[in-house]
Amino acid sequence: MTRARLTRLGLGIASAVLALLAAFLITSLVLLAAGDPVWDVWSQLLSWPESRNWANIINNASVLYLSGLAVAVGFRMNLFNIGVDGQYRVATFTAAVVAGEAWLPGYLNTALAIVCAMAVGAIWAGIAGALRAMRGVSEVISTIMLNFIATGLVAYLLRQVSVRAEGSNEIGTREIPEGSRIGGLPFGDYDIYGFIVIAAIVGFAFWFVLNRTRFGFDLRATGQSTTAAVASGISVKKMTIAAMMISGAIAGLVGLPILFGDAYTYGSTFQSGLGFAGIAIALLGRNHPIGIAFGALLFAYLDEQSNPLQILVGVSPDIVAITQGVIVLTVVISYELVRRYGVRLEQREVAKALASSRTDRPEEVSA
Amino acid sequence: MSVPATATHVVEPAAGPRVRRRLPRWWFAAALFAVLFALSVLEAVTGAHDLVSRGTVAATLIAVVPIMLAGLGGLWSERAGVVNIGLEGMMILGTWGAGYFGYHYGAWAGVAGAIMMGMLGGLVHAVATVTFGVDHIISGVAVNIIALGAVQYLASLTFVGLPGGGQTQSPKIPDVQTITITPVGDGLGDIADKDIFFVSQLASVAQALVTNLSLLVVIALLLLVLTWWVLWRTAFGLRLRSCGESPAAAESLGVHVLRYKFAAVLISGGLAGLGGGFLAMVASSNYRDGQTGGRGYIGLAAMIFGNWRPGGLLAGSGLFGYTETLGLRQGSESVHALLLALAVLALAAAVWQARLQQQRAAIITGVVAIGLGVLYFAIDEVPGDFTSMTPYVVTLLVLAFASQRLRMPAADGQIYRKGSAG
Repeated sequence: MTRARLTRLGLGIASAVLALLAAFLITSLVLLAAGDPVWDVWSQLLSWPESRNWANIINNASVLYLSGLAVAVGFRMNLFNIGVDGQYRVATFTAAVVAGEAWLPGYLNTALAIVCAMAVGAIWAGIAGALRAMRGVSEVISTIMLNFIATGLVAYLLRQVSVRAEGSNEIGTREIPEGSRIGGLPFGDYDIYGFIVIAAIVGFAFWFVLNRTRFGFDLRATGQSTTAAVASGISVKKMTIAAMMISGAIAGLVGLPILFGDAYTYGSTFQSGLGFAGIAIALLGRNHPIGIAFGALLFAYLDEQSNPLQILVGVSPDIVAITQGVIVLTVVISYELVRRYGVRLEQREVAKALASSRTDRPEEVSA
Repeated sequence: MSVPATATHVVEPAAGPRVRRRLPRWWFAAALFAVLFALSVLEAVTGAHDLVSRGTVAATLIAVVPIMLAGLGGLWSERAGVVNIGLEGMMILGTWGAGYFGYHYGAWAGVAGAIMMGMLGGLVHAVATVTFGVDHIISGVAVNIIALGAVQYLASLTFVGLPGGGQTQSPKIPDVQTITITPVGDGLGDIADKDIFFVSQLASVAQALVTNLSLLVVIALLLLVLTWWVLWRTAFGLRLRSCGESPAAAESLGVHVLRYKFAAVLISGGLAGLGGGFLAMVASSNYRDGQTGGRGYIGLAAMIFGNWRPGGLLAGSGLFGYTETLGLRQGSESVHALLLALAVLALAAAVWQARLQQQRAAIITGVVAIGLGVLYFAIDEVPGDFTSMTPYVVTLLVLAFASQRLRMPAADGQIYRKGSAG
């Protein structure tokens, strides 16, 4: 590894560490100001989880990972897909209905449900992409509106197709038959979602498509400079719609680990809010599949560890939400600060090199 | 001060036959009357009776104000060149501020608390975007995440154990004063009950304005006027707007760009916070978890719809506030009636597009119009889940049709660092 690359890697790690430290510090200040026991909170949050907790952390992380990837596709093209929430909602609902109806046997049914979920997610995000490309509507606003619309739409459709479970007020879709569920992988004494394999494959595909294909190059080029992209013959409109649809297709997978590995039905209490966490995680992981994996693990870890806070030390677990939000801010701020520092470092190196060459040839005058 | 005239600036008015005319001063009043008239016609045609009732108008006012205040916040910030997606979070902070300070120190302290909490959110956004040059959308999203976590944390810290309070809501908080002019209101009520076409509807509106009108509504409307005056009629406003159009030029003329941006984002937060406070104190009677329901985003959309101008912003908030109200009151019937109005509007748009030789657009709009018409006659009422989405669908449709004619501040959303004027 060259020295320049080492420096860059070092700076990258330094900025992440800096961000986490700053976030911890700010959270501690909040706790102090509120008069909550700072030390007890941290000793609970930073204690080593038991293996049951680890299984939970990995499960949640796999869900958050997909959400982060979905957002990151958009980010790579300067598109803010804030609508992952709505996309996974309509998609998970679709998958639950398709899998519950069981038109095909066994895993064929599962595969069909997954494809349907991705397609629906892609279409839902594609609306925002098309509005952006054709009508110039900011995707930030349109995806947020589509989130609200998705909530209403799914609530309506759920009431149309739902079956009520015995002795419960909750309504849900028909349960997925045993043969179409995705079994768990053994992890110590516990199981983790088998869907994690698919999440890993999606992560690899994300890296491969973006970094090793013409399409990925076009996408990144459009993200970095629209004018340059247009000059090299890329259709920005097509890329906008394509990027949004890919983002939506991945978003369509977000709820599926839970659906196929745990819930087996989509009900009114299906977990929500996974999309917003994805934004934070994509930023934390710098839109890189491995970085996003770390970000997802960190967020899942904080969530899991904060659960018993109320019982053990009498502090609301919502404190972790503050930490997570602050991390987003400190991460981008520290990246910016470290980037500025790196630029200055480079400038100094170049200046030094120039100075030494100038002493060799004194007739050359610098601008 | 001369602005460098680029080629497009010079050529455009001369080349095209469509010279941009300014709307006359009174366009807003005229538009309001026209809309009222159209709604009266719609009531007569469809038989829906709650489109312009006194209750609807009063509820609309309550629904419009938070959206408008959020939009005003967006206007201040974006006119200074900082995109503010964090309005939602600042509103959320405002709802808690109103709940906490309102309960402990009285109604006006609640208002002050809401503004203060909103400004706190603005401060975070300002430090991140202006001082550290973070991407505006990222910072805004972070503010929203932090604000949501913060109020949930604060609520369980401060409201648990109080009478009627808990993790997700505050105790009942006092309301600010309301204005009622009884004799006028009663007289107007009589006219409204007589069911005379258009006259009754006018009376309903007037009656809603003189009965139980919250002082905060008046203050909010005054703030809108004040914003217009400050931003468009004072030197301070000109400088602030110059930071959003061309910060480099502004700095070269001695404007402290970063200071102006910072101030604008703080004011933006205060206004959004007041919007949140309004939700807690006037629209409801306590802080509740999830009270804002995306109104910060809708406010932002209203501002974009209003072309980054106060009058347009009010029109946009009016549209969203009205559709939201219809959805909540006898929504099935009212929203059903709106379908017909939309169908007619779309048909008119299609004819207009056809006249402008935009055949493809005209065909698409025409199909939409026919679809809406068929839908109107096919169903008797709109299911409840759909009426609650009306404001969001309207936002999307309006932006899809209107966003091409809009012009945002030239340097909106761009990161500016001191000394970039070079």
